[in-house]
Amino acid sequence: MNGRLKLRIRRASNKRLGGPMPWVVAIMVALMVMIASAGMALSNLARTSEADLSGSLTVQIMEAAEYLRDREAAAAMSVLEERDDIAQLRRVSDRELRDMLEPWLGDLGEGGANVPIPALIDARLAVPLSEARLAQIRQSVIEAAPSARVEAQSTWLAPVLRAVSALQYYALGLVALLGVTTAAAVWLAARSAMAANRDTIEVVHLLGGTDDQVVRLFQKPVVRDAALGGAVGFILGGGLTLLMARQFAALDSGLVASGRLGVADWAVIASIPLAAVALAALTARISVMSVLRGIR
Amino acid sequence: MNAGRDPIVRFDNVGLRYGTDREVLSDLNFALLPDSFYFLTGPSGAGKTSLLRLLYLAQKPSRGIISMFGENAGLLPRKALPPLRRRIGVVFQDFRLIDHLSVFDNVALPLRIGRIAEEELRESVSDMLDWVGLGHRAEAHPAVLSGGEQQRVAIARAVIARPEVLVADEPTGNVDPAMGRKLIRLFEALNRLGTTVVVATHDRTLQKEVSVAHMMKLDRGRLTIAEPAA
Ligand SMILES: Nc1ncnc2c1ncn2[C@@H]1O[C@H](COP(=O)(O)OP(=O)(O)OP(=O)(O)O)[C@@H](O)[C@H]1O
Ligand SMILES: [Mg+2]
Repeated sequence: MNGRLKLRIRRASNKRLGGPMPWVVAIMVALMVMIASAGMALSNLARTSEADLSGSLTVQIMEAAEYLRDREAAAAMSVLEERDDIAQLRRVSDRELRDMLEPWLGDLGEGGANVPIPALIDARLAVPLSEARLAQIRQSVIEAAPSARVEAQSTWLAPVLRAVSALQYYALGLVALLGVTTAAAVWLAARSAMAANRDTIEVVHLLGGTDDQVVRLFQKPVVRDAALGGAVGFILGGGLTLLMARQFAALDSGLVASGRLGVADWAVIASIPLAAVALAALTARISVMSVLRGIR
Repeated sequence: MNAGRDPIVRFDNVGLRYGTDREVLSDLNFALLPDSFYFLTGPSGAGKTSLLRLLYLAQKPSRGIISMFGENAGLLPRKALPPLRRRIGVVFQDFRLIDHLSVFDNVALPLRIGRIAEEELRESVSDMLDWVGLGHRAEAHPAVLSGGEQQRVAIARAVIARPEVLVADEPTGNVDPAMGRKLIRLFEALNRLGTTVVVATHDRTLQKEVSVAHMMKLDRGRLTIAEPAA
């Protein structure tokens, strides 16, 4: 009935804090949580942006003379309006364009009217944009507006999205490295607990304790330390992540909002401290068994 | 008188060497009978502790066969050894008390390993501590006890679970003659209850205390056994 071996082991170092193990685990888990959530936010952002952008295209009218430009823009608009694969169509006003360009080109105000800026048309498609469809739209727009440049928005952003994807793998690599480092730290802590308690292991073993009894004796404090560290690290890392998320949400930008973490993402993040605890239990077991096998 | 009964322990052509040194124990052939009392004597370095380590399954022989409770210990899987060890009580020559546990917890250890419930073990541990005269030191830690007191804790731990075999390595080396005699009475009492007792000791007066004892004599790794004088 009383399956547990009621027996304390001597802590490897500082008795009050249970050694540095919980703190190492806490820091590692916090870092992993933050990096993993950043990575997943980037991944979400890349995925939703790609889906958004692949359904839209831009037409720029490059004609320098303003009256020709307006004529070509109107012609392009009417060509696009007639197509039933275009769901939404909008001419970006010159005012908006000037505002957008101002940070780069300075105030273009009325006096800057001689700086030519292209006319810009945003179109959202009703169907996915294939290469063939893009080429066909481009051809019909250019027939009506010779200086038009027709591009899918995804082609603009493709390099950016590729860079974002690369960042995901970078984050994954960091999390893996931190995981290995955590394992090493737990391993060292378990080994030093082992060394400090070698006499206890031997005596319990010689008095007929089973391998499992001895293992559990050591797993308990190691797992408790890891659980403490994991909880603190999760609260720390998760808290900072939520804080960051609120900062970004305050930007109220569609692109940033698309990086929001979902329930599944949080489940993955929550599994990080649990994995740390499982790792500690496994590590403790392996190091105790290696001592036991050396005895007989 | 015990002849004809199955031995509880059997050594057949057992030899032991540490590393690549010459054999510390050679050609051991003997059987320990149930309910019997054995003294193991011999000069320092003769191999008494080594023989006892083989007996309590802390050590594998380099050659030969050791049977415990009718089983060939050398052929048993690792998992089968703990239950055998629980049938053997050991007083280590260097006590091997766990010094961050109280005297009470040290003595309770074999019962806890045997999964005896807390309520059940409390009384037997207290009784045992009273018996070895340490009832008042139950909460003390071994480090603050005298050598003789530590030895009595070690003995209490060895006998608390009523082992079938009791192996004691110089169990009275640190106590005065009166306490030594008292402890030997404890071993005798256990022996009468059916425990096979093996005591390694240099103490000749102690050897005379137990009239029914077989005398095992080790000299340079070789063993001879004399039947009880009585
Ligand atoms: N772990 C070991 N490694 C190597 N040699 C050992 C080991 N243990 C004991 N020996 C050697 O084996 C021999 C017998 O030692 P053992 O401890 O069995 O003698 P003993 O009869 O118990 O002596 P004492 O009466 O002093 O306790 C000694 O020569 C000792 O040096
Ligand atoms: Mg010895």
